Amino acid sequence: MSTDRISVMVTSGNREQLQMAAMVASVGAVSGSDVTVFLSMNALKFFIKDSEQNAPAEGEMGKLMEEKNAPNFKELFSQAVEYGDAKIFPCSMAVDILEVKQEELEDFVSEPLGLTAFLGDASEGQVWHF
Amino acid sequence: MECNVAERKVVDAKNTFCPGPLMELIGQMKMAEVGDELEILSTDQGSANDIPEWINKVGHEMIDSFEKEGVWHIVVKKAK
Repeated sequence: MSTDRISVMVTSGNREQLQMAAMVASVGAVSGSDVTVFLSMNALKFFIKDSEQNAPAEGEMGKLMEEKNAPNFKELFSQAVEYGDAKIFPCSMAVDILEVKQEELEDFVSEPLGLTAFLGDASEGQVWHF
Repeated sequence: MECNVAERKVVDAKNTFCPGPLMELIGQMKMAEVGDELEILSTDQGSANDIPEWINKVGHEMIDSFEKEGVWHIVVKKAK
């Protein structure tokens, strides 16, 4: 089994981008990679508990994915943590701007992380941005 | 190949899309014992291609893979 690292920065608030990020994180994590996810900008609000479950679709794919019962991106991120020990961090700046408390975020989301630490983590291995 | 399907744990992941079937399989694999066989059912061709890749990469044993009436059956033995 490989032990490579995958760092995923997620800033988009649209369904397709969040879905692709969740797919990379979950499949990477369950395939033996050390996965770190950094949630910032328009992505973070979808990880607040009881927030709207699905992000708005950008185009046709996003609508079809929901109609055809593709797994929800939050479920996939949760499985990345549960099955593959992925770490999902909210960006500390985004947490401050949104004035969101740790306990208001989904349980699979870890403590806020700063950009310096994420960049350090991302300096080895693959880096993906959605 | 002689297979007693009744002794296998069947994971029904029909009507969802990649990577849903893979994740459902992994959830069941976590609870299975080494040596157990699981049979995943998927209607998603992408998953039918991707699940064997995962099995090989992670090091479990691929037992069988076939399509029957629009449903893919992938049989895997937990190796560790």
